[in-house]
Parts: sequence; C-alpha cells; structure tokens
Amino acid sequence: MDMRILAKISRQACAALVGVSLVFLVGGCGKDDQSVGENGEAVRVVTIGHAGPLTGPIAHLGKDNENGVRLAIQEANEAGMVIAGENIRFEMVSEDDEGNPQKGTVVAQKIVDAKVAGVIGHLNSGTTIPASKIYHDAGVAQISPSATNVDYTNQGYNTAFRVMANDAQQGVVLGKFAVGKLNAKTIAVIDDRSAYGKGLADQFELAAKAAGGEIITREFTDMSKTDFTAILTRIKGMNPDLVFCGCLDSQTGPMMKQIRNLGLTSTFLSGDGCQTKQFLTLAGEEGEGAYASSPGVPLASMPDGPAFTEKYTKEFKQEIQLYAPYAYDATNTLIAAMVKADSFDSAVYLPVLAEIKHQGVSATVQFDEKGDIKGGAISLYKVTDGQWEYIETVGGGD
Amino acid sequence: MDIFLQQILNGLVLGSVYALVALGYTMVYGILGLINFAHGEVVMIGAMIALTVMTILVGSTAGLPVALIVALAIAAAIAVCMTLAYSIERVAYRPLRNAPRLAPLITAIGMSILLQNVAMIIWGRQYKTFPRLFSSEPHTIAGANITDLQIVIIIVSAALMAALLLLVHFTRLGRAMRATSENQAIAGLMGVNVNKIISATFVIGAALGAVAGVLVAANYSIAHYSMGFMLGLKAFTAAVLGGIGNIGGAMLGGLLLGLIESIGAGYIGDVTGGFLGSHYQDVFAFLVLVLVLVLRPTGLMGERVAERA
Amino acid sequence: MTGHFISRLSILKRDRRAVWVGYVLVAVGLALLPFVVDNTVGRTWVRIIDFALIYAMLALGLNIVVGFAGLLDLGYIAFYAVGAYTWALLASPQFGLHLPFWLILPIGAGVTALFGVMLGAPTLRLRGDYLAIVTLGFGEIIRIFLNNLDHPINITNGPIGINRIDPISVGGLDLTRTHQFFGIEFSGTHLYYYVLLGLVMLTIFICVRLEDSRIGRAWIAIREDEVAAQSMGINTRNVKLLAFAMGATFGGVAGGLFASFQGFVSPESFVLLESIMVLCMVVLGGMGHVSGVVVGALLLAVLPEVLRSTASPMQEQLFGKVIVDPESLRMLLFGLALILVMLIRPTGLWPSPIRKREFERTD
Repeated sequence: MDMRILAKISRQACAALVGVSLVFLVGGCGKDDQSVGENGEAVRVVTIGHAGPLTGPIAHLGKDNENGVRLAIQEANEAGMVIAGENIRFEMVSEDDEGNPQKGTVVAQKIVDAKVAGVIGHLNSGTTIPASKIYHDAGVAQISPSATNVDYTNQGYNTAFRVMANDAQQGVVLGKFAVGKLNAKTIAVIDDRSAYGKGLADQFELAAKAAGGEIITREFTDMSKTDFTAILTRIKGMNPDLVFCGCLDSQTGPMMKQIRNLGLTSTFLSGDGCQTKQFLTLAGEEGEGAYASSPGVPLASMPDGPAFTEKYTKEFKQEIQLYAPYAYDATNTLIAAMVKADSFDSAVYLPVLAEIKHQGVSATVQFDEKGDIKGGAISLYKVTDGQWEYIETVGGGD
Repeated sequence: MDIFLQQILNGLVLGSVYALVALGYTMVYGILGLINFAHGEVVMIGAMIALTVMTILVGSTAGLPVALIVALAIAAAIAVCMTLAYSIERVAYRPLRNAPRLAPLITAIGMSILLQNVAMIIWGRQYKTFPRLFSSEPHTIAGANITDLQIVIIIVSAALMAALLLLVHFTRLGRAMRATSENQAIAGLMGVNVNKIISATFVIGAALGAVAGVLVAANYSIAHYSMGFMLGLKAFTAAVLGGIGNIGGAMLGGLLLGLIESIGAGYIGDVTGGFLGSHYQDVFAFLVLVLVLVLRPTGLMGERVAERA
Repeated sequence: MTGHFISRLSILKRDRRAVWVGYVLVAVGLALLPFVVDNTVGRTWVRIIDFALIYAMLALGLNIVVGFAGLLDLGYIAFYAVGAYTWALLASPQFGLHLPFWLILPIGAGVTALFGVMLGAPTLRLRGDYLAIVTLGFGEIIRIFLNNLDHPINITNGPIGINRIDPISVGGLDLTRTHQFFGIEFSGTHLYYYVLLGLVMLTIFICVRLEDSRIGRAWIAIREDEVAAQSMGINTRNVKLLAFAMGATFGGVAGGLFASFQGFVSPESFVLLESIMVLCMVVLGGMGHVSGVVVGALLLAVLPEVLRSTASPMQEQLFGKVIVDPESLRMLLFGLALILVMLIRPTGLWPSPIRKREFERTD
C-alpha cells in the first residue's frame, strides 16, 4: 500500500481521536450519593430519571411531564422517606429526547448510566419504544406517563409500564361513544400522521365500524401544519354526522375554528390530546360543543385532584398542559413500589410494582400482566360555555 | 361547485401568505444568491412581537380602539423585524460575502436555530393564542365561506406586492436594487452604495415577512416559536417554483403553491380512486415543483441565469 | 502552504519506523477508546461515539456529492432512510424475513444506489440552488411515503415505525448483547463501535482513493466548471449520476447500521433537519476534504451532547445559578457555534490545502 495513502488515512484516524477526546474535556462528574441532611443525619440520594421532548414543537408537553415528576419528588422529599433503614432524598435526572427516537436511546443510556432507581418517560410512543429496550437490558423500571401505542407493552419486557390507557382502550370507548351516544352514522376521520394520531384514529375507526358507523373518508394532516381548510372542505362536501381527529390540541384548536368558519356543522370528537385548557383558548367560541375523551376520571372528582391542580399552578405558575397528572401518578406509583418493597433496587421492587395498587390523582393505578393500566377508565367531556363539562366515565372501576 | 370554489379560496388565502414570505427569499436571493434560511424565523418573530404588543395593549386599562391596537402591533412587529434582519445581515452574512458559496448558508442555518431558541426562551414553549380582533363570522359567496380576516389577508398581500413592484421598477432605490442584482461591482462603480442597497433589501423583505407573520398567526389564532420553519420552507419552494430572484415569480409561485396544496389535498383521493389520500398533499406539491423545474430549469418566470461555478 | 506539505513528506521519508509506531499507537488508542470512555465518563458516551461514527459515514457520503462533485443536495437523509428501511424490512418480524447481515448489506447498498440514480436523473439539468430545492423535495417525498405506506397495503407500519429489527449477528453472536471474550466484557455498544469504526475506516479509504482517481478528478472538474469539464471530454451525465449513486450507497449502509443498532426505525429519524445537519458537518469540517469532513461530523454529532452536560454547570459558574433551562441553551449555543465557526473560518475548520489556497488568493 502506498505510504502517502496510509499517512492520509492515519491522519483521519488522528482526527477522529481528537474529536472524541473532546468528550473527555467535559467528563461527567460522578455525584456522591451520600450527603448530609439538615439535621446532620446521613441521607441517601436516590435518582429518578425523566425523559421527554424539552425542545421542539411539543416541548411544552415535555416540560409539563417534567413538572409532574418534579412535584411528586418534592412532595416525597418533604414527607421524608425511609427505605431500607436509610433516610432517602429523591432527585430527578431529566433529559431532553427531542422527540427523536435516536436521541431517545442516547438519553436512555445516559439515564441508565446515572444509576437511576427508575424512569418516568418517555412522552411519545416513537421514543418510548426504542428506549424501552435499553431500560429493559439494564433492568431499570420504566413507567411511561403518556405513550399510548399498543406495541410498547407488547414486547414482553417486565420493566415496561404505563399509567395511561393505550390507543386500543381509548379508541374503543371513543368509537362506541360516537355511534352509540352521539348517533353518528357517517363519520370522517382525520389523523396527524404521528404514531399517536394514527394509533388512536385506527382504533377509533375499528370500534366505530364495529358499532355500526360508516367511515366515509379518512383524511390526513401533518404535525407541523395549522391549515386544514383543504381537507375540511373535502369533508364538508361529504357532510358527515361526525368528524373525529387524532391530533393534539395545538392542531384541534385551529381546526375547530376552521371547521366552523367553513360552515361545516358536524359534531367534533377527539382524544386526550385535545381535552385541555389550551384547546379552549385556541378554538375560542368555535370550540363550543366539541367532544373529547381523557384517560382516567376527572381530576376534580378524585380525592386529591383539585389539590394537585392547585399545587401545580402555584408551583410552576402555569396551567397544567396535558399529561402532568399522569407523570405525577407514575412517579408516585414508582415511589410507592419502592417503599412497599423497602428497596430502590429495580430487581427487588419490580415484582412489587407489577402488583401495586396506588391511588393516584388521575386514576387508581394497577397494572395488568403486560404492564398496561388495569381497567383503563376513559372519561368523556364536552365544551359547554367555554369549559370542559364532564359527561361520563366508561370502563375502569375495581 | 361550491366545494371547488371553496378550495380555490382556501388556496388563495394560503398562497397569499406564501407569496408574501417568498418575496423575502427571492429578493435576497436575487441580490446575493443566498438562501436566507433565517427568514422563516424573522416571520415568526414578527408574529410573536405583534402578539405581545396586542396582549399588553388589550390588557391595559386605557381601552384603546381595536384599529389602533392592530396598527401599533403591526408597526412594532415591522420595526423589530427590520432591525433584526439588518443585524442578521451585518453580523452573519456581510463578513462572508466573498467566502465560498455554502459558508453563508451554514450561518443562515445557525441563525435560524439561534432565533428559534431565543424565541423559545423569551416566549416559552407553549402555543400562544393570538387575540381575535375581527369577527370570525364568515360571509357566504356562491356557497363558499370566507371570513373578514381572510379577505384582509388577500387584499393586504396584493397591495403590498403591488407596492413592492412599484418600488422596484419606478424608484431610485428600486433601480439601484436591480443594478446591484445584475452586477454588484459595476453597480458600485456607477455610484450605487452596494452595502446600503443590500441592507435595504433585507429590511424590506423582513417588513413583508413581519406582516405575513401577523396575518398567519391571526388567521389561525395561534403562534409558536417553531411556526416559522415550515412556513419558510414552503415559501422558499414557492420562490423557486416561480423562478428565484424574480419578484413576479415569487408572487406567482406562492399563489400557485397555495392552490396546488389546496386542490391536491382536496381531490387527490378522488383522482386516484382512494389509493392516495390527503397525506400525499406535500408530495403532490413537490412533484409539481420537480416537473416544472425539469421542463423549465429556472422556474416559471426565471430568466436564464448565466453559468456560475 | 507548499512548504508545510514538503516537510510532511520528508518526515515520512526520514523515518518509516517512527510512522509505523505512530500507526500502532493510533490503532491501540482507537481499540481501547470505548473502554476508556466507558470507565471515565460513562457508557452513554460510547453510544454517542457510535452515532457520531454513523454520522461520519453519512457526511463522507454527502461529501462525495457536495464536496467532490459540487452538487448541493439538501435531501441526503432520504438515502439514509432508504437504507434503514431496507434493513428493517428484510430483517424484522414485519414480513417475517430475517436475512443475515452479509446479504442485507449489499442489497441495501444496491437499493440505495438505485435510488441515488433515480433521484439524480431528473435533476441533471438543474444547477446550484434549484438542485438544492429539488433534492430537498425528494427527501421529503421519501419521508412522506415511508410515513404513509401503511395504507392501503401495510409496508412500513407508517408513523409507528418498525420495531424489533435484527441486530448484526456473527456466527450466532448477537452484537447488541453483552459478550465475554478473553475474560473481558464487551457490551453491544462496544461491539457496534468496532463494526462502525471499521466501516468508517473503509469509507475513508475509499474516499481518499476516489479523490485521486480518474473519477474523482472528473467530479472536481465538474464542480469547478461544468462546461469546461464537458469540453474536456468528461461525460458529465454519467459522472454526476455516479456521484449520486456513490453518495447514496454510503448513506444507505449507514442507515442499515443505524436500523440494526437501534433495533427500531420510524420516519421521525429522517426529517429535513437531519439532512441540514449532515450538510453542516460537511461544510463546517471543510467541504471536499475527507479529514475535515470526518472532524466536522464527529464534532457536530458530539457537540450538542457536550453542551447538554455543560449548559447548566457553565451557568452556575458564570452567574451562580441556572437562569435558562439547559436544554434551551444547548441548541442556542449550537446555532451560535455554527455562525462563529463559519465567520472565523469560512472554508471550514480543516479545508483541503488547495481550496484554502484558492480562497486566500482570490480574496
């Protein structure tokens, strides 16, 4: 081989080394997990991981989840936990997965490296599924507050749990509700082509058909869009009884406005991504009469619900965005399992977590053999006078 | 038929906004040969500034008339965007004017990322509700619905584009701009202050972008720090479709892209017998672009450009 | 400039043995790197380095198209996507196919090369930024198709993505699991590091050889002046298509490795921003210069992660408390870094000597 080429190649290799050695410059400084409490007694620091998109288009939801986890941890610390005879202080390691599956695995590894006792996350199904493999391989318990894709708990991992009803559970309720209660014979379905939107819309379609409804069209949009006039006009031409959308509030808000502006009078129904305060302000007066579902039972009807809402708004000076109660419940469930097992070692408390029954603010958390929430109650709401008015709860119960 | 008319109207509203934003891209490209990736972010900042001013004024006790609030908000947005565009050009593009062609493209991308994150820090991650200042009660014309705001969007865009055409073709500044885009060095020799003209181009484009940002945010009653990126991309596509560097082309491209998207999403399913649906809306738009460029490599109204290395 | 080059040559001639010692040291360093990193800063960084190596392959592939042949491609990530999905479809429960990697790798490379030609062909007449926007369009078209090919026939699972993709396995040895060799524990991340490092080395070797070959010269001729190149007897159509195909192939192989490493692919990984990121790596490192591009790729792949862990300590040191969320600051600093580097070094961090000379002369 020609010397010059070898020299050239070795120079590339050197370049690689230089690049990588940058990494060393930063060096994650390992934290001492023994510290001293206020009264001088030894306190063991136990970390809980959180991952979600903290930048990008749905960063507000990621931050919302993080806040939920933070609140739960604060409360646990204020209450003062003793596990395995030691005083415990919980700390959160929160990482930004950018809603990107590849970054999701990187931060999952990072969270595992940080020797966390358990993980709350991720937010999207797209990041939760690849990350779950890393948590599973490391034997770390993972509770996703909001990933609803059926696949997540179908992989046979004993470390994967979720506190929210999955797409199948929610889709069935919505489909039956649309045909049975709202008397929709002809239905137009829209999804935003995200894993969430597609999953929910697919399950809704199946259930609505099974209940005797007719799906007259399936339309699609994109998470980056706010203009839906083209597909809505098409739908208007078919004049369905009901329009169903598997999208988040940042889309259903403007969509609702456009629906009414176009003179489309169909009933509007959507999933949990829409049942938010944000939808009410975005849709304004045009949001009146819209229906949406939400997993669990209304916060206000749960024993600790109103208190949670109040604490959250006081602490973070903003409204609950969407999934914070579920993140809060997930964290508390995790902590409850640790306390019950008297260990923060995943291997010890995982079986306890699988059997646990925890009274949360969104629902009573209990897992089935796959790690899905048992019962998976779904509540339905309607916008009346600019507020979400509770209609009924389907499923759930003990 | 009323459905078809409605789709045309939808397309016109969408296209007017694309055209306004596309002008910013095409003017800068015409003079510098630079894809100003940060323009979408300037549009977003315009919307955010207007939103902030409106929220403050509406909330204040003074009880100002709605028209005044709107005027003040738009004026503030335009002023901020002009200053911003001027600074961007000075800081990120001017030092690289003689650098390899892709260097300013990377600073433009860097600027876009920077502005998005600054906006996220300032205005937060939440979607913001844009105040409603017009009645959203739609008018019905021949079975198609249109709101006051949408009429305003079409009229304002048309007026601004006409004004820009007049500016470019019938004023000293316009002549200097055209000269600079033909040949910077010779324009300089003819007594044109090239730097000043380039700054003016950025600033005018930003002003149009600011108005577009306010119109978009108002039309959908929503504003978010990430709203500029896709809008900018679409507008840039429109500019290329019309023939980048050509002001008339940007307008034509914008309107056409709006119509293509609207008609595409509305009828693609019927045409393909349900095989392809509205999810191929953007594919359809890009395919039209590819076809146009394959047949006319310089866009619909682009002049034949001299070969450049 | 030339003086520097000559002195380097003379060092080579003076002591070949010293050079060999150098090679051995670099080789040992690279071989030990994952262990050193794992034990000092954690396994995450091994994973980050793995991804950085994948990006290096991508950047090298794009460098052929943009750097050598001068064709501005803004949709390069499409080939990465095609490679990843080819692997995913041929080795996952999706269709129940589980082909071995030595079969998928050439198939994937072939399929992406074909895509490279298919997308390259209609754009041959286009120049400069028109080409950029069309390739951008193609990139989006591919992503949109991947995102929607779950209906009416389910091929890609749509936005849900394909899960449980087979890892590379050598002789029944699953490369994503932890194995023991000679009493030393090798985790999956470590094993993939060696696979990826080997492939990056191979890519570098091919690129360096290509650059000095007849084809490489033809690409550079086209980049500098297409009309002149044509009149010198270069078949610009074939040579351009070859650039697209070669670039696409590297992208496709990188994509396949990405799919097998992560075990999951979904369209979210192939958005426009990724194309732009790879382009930034090429330009920032030094367009057309293989070493520069590798540095650019490693740097830009690692930098956001470095900023992730330094954004809050830095603030604490500067202001005594965390004022801005670290994650907001991270991308902000990243954008700033892009701008600053280009302002200070417009030809890139490590431009090829010829290009640098040209720039300095014309200025």
